[in-house]
Amino acid sequence: MKRRPSAAFWVMVVLLTLLVVLPLLWMVITSIKSVGEAQADPPTLVPQDPSGRAFGEVLTTGGQNPVLRWALNSFAAATLHAALVVVVASMAGYALARMQFRFKNFIFSFILLTLFIPGFVFLMPNYLLMDNLGWLDTLWALVVPGAAGAFGVFFMRQFFLAIPKELEEVALIDGANAWTVFTRIILPNAKPALATLTVLSFLANWNDFVWPLFVLFSPERLTLPAGLSLLQGAYTTDYPVIMAGATVAAVPVLILYVFVQRYVIEGVARSGIKG
Amino acid sequence: MRAHGRATPYLFLAPYLLLFLLFVIGPAVFGLWMSLHDWDFQLPGKPFVGLQNYKDLFDPLSATAEPFWHGMRATGIFTVASVPFLVAVPLGLAVLLNRKFPGRTFFRAVYFAPYVLGVAVIGLMFRYILDTTFGILNAFLGVFGISEIGWTTEQPWAFVALVAVTVWWTAGFNAIIYLAGLQDIPGEQYEAAELDGANAWQQFRHVTLPGLRPVTVFIVVITLLASANMFGQALLITQGGPGDTTTTALMVITDTGFSQFRMGQAAAMSYLLAICLAIVALVTFRLMKERES
Repeated sequence: MKRRPSAAFWVMVVLLTLLVVLPLLWMVITSIKSVGEAQADPPTLVPQDPSGRAFGEVLTTGGQNPVLRWALNSFAAATLHAALVVVVASMAGYALARMQFRFKNFIFSFILLTLFIPGFVFLMPNYLLMDNLGWLDTLWALVVPGAAGAFGVFFMRQFFLAIPKELEEVALIDGANAWTVFTRIILPNAKPALATLTVLSFLANWNDFVWPLFVLFSPERLTLPAGLSLLQGAYTTDYPVIMAGATVAAVPVLILYVFVQRYVIEGVARSGIKG
Repeated sequence: MRAHGRATPYLFLAPYLLLFLLFVIGPAVFGLWMSLHDWDFQLPGKPFVGLQNYKDLFDPLSATAEPFWHGMRATGIFTVASVPFLVAVPLGLAVLLNRKFPGRTFFRAVYFAPYVLGVAVIGLMFRYILDTTFGILNAFLGVFGISEIGWTTEQPWAFVALVAVTVWWTAGFNAIIYLAGLQDIPGEQYEAAELDGANAWQQFRHVTLPGLRPVTVFIVVITLLASANMFGQALLITQGGPGDTTTTALMVITDTGFSQFRMGQAAAMSYLLAICLAIVALVTFRLMKERES
């Protein structure tokens, strides 16, 4: 285990990196080709006549493919969703980690159990619920129902359990109430966990595919993933436009990922080990 | 010392529990109720039909049985074919990334990156790359004299493609969980094994694998759950084809519920799929636990 990496090791690492990067690069290359060149056999590796036409098509067309609008919808939904998750999950996680009350274990076990119910079970009933609430084809359908998931509560509870008890005891002796302790002492000490949960919730919502596909109808209200599938239907043979759409969807989240990857990776790792 | 009032914990829990009851518990129960009714939301009456929706799924003459079991078959094939790769490839990646080398954090981030793109982006991207006539993959294989393969239009290639794309997309996710698991294995265990003269393979076999067993159980279960939810890849890449061979159970459920408006039947399908999934997960869990003892 302590040996220096060999040449074979580096070949492997580089090959895997190419395997990840090349498909993405191909998507971007295609997006600046002409329709004809995108379907050339054999394909050209370097665009012969690069143009921003496809990007013009997906970024400026007002009515038909409001990709920018979709991106904005996705951003708004994911941001509000992440904020809601962080607020309700940290409050509930705090109570479950630090307070004594009847039914505590029952409530926590019950919440945890639902982590294992597959999402498709909720698809039909939650759709009808959205219909009854008048939330179909609105932002609320994207923001609220997903915030009831068990993961955030579980995640925050695990983190709060690890914060030393002495921290809050000092404040309690000073006569602070539970809310003050929570907002002044616990939350400031939980910044890494809050950041991680925010990022994970944002990404999950941004990338959600099945749910928005069925609860949204109006072209101008779609999210990016749902809109992209529509784009594929509308431009069956115009691959530069489809690839431009995919690029527009990929770039913001990749840029975000560069800045927050520490939290994403930490969050995913922690969700798996500390059961 | 009681640091808080009697009602305080419930007040802290209230916002979450409200959402939880409204959007998790309520719908789970309501879905069950729907599955016992002839629930067409376009019709005024929703007559109680008992277990008829479930019985129909086992009656070859009913309209719902055939598409449902076709979907279950597609989901089953995909699951059986993909889970081994989604466990083994990430394990290999994790062992690779667990070694100390310059740029380790960077490569870790790179291998995880496809996952953050989401299924919509990767679906469109690979639909194009895998195209039979002008896709780059067939062009590349052509260089080696391999004739055109119908990745999205022929079996078994369509399943091969869906599994490969899913591995490309999610291997980094499982690898990160494995990596965290690797860090929990005490270094002394390796030192002890080395003193006993164990080579790299023997160390992997007798220290790494047993040490990772709990993590592996977790990964297998979450991967099974994800496979049962398979939808986006098949919708965007193979469009459920060729024929309806890659039309997964979830695609059949959404089609029955949202396109044909037969939500009672769709709810019954969801619950039956969930039950099958629970059985598979439990059996897997038991098998892997037994090996441990």
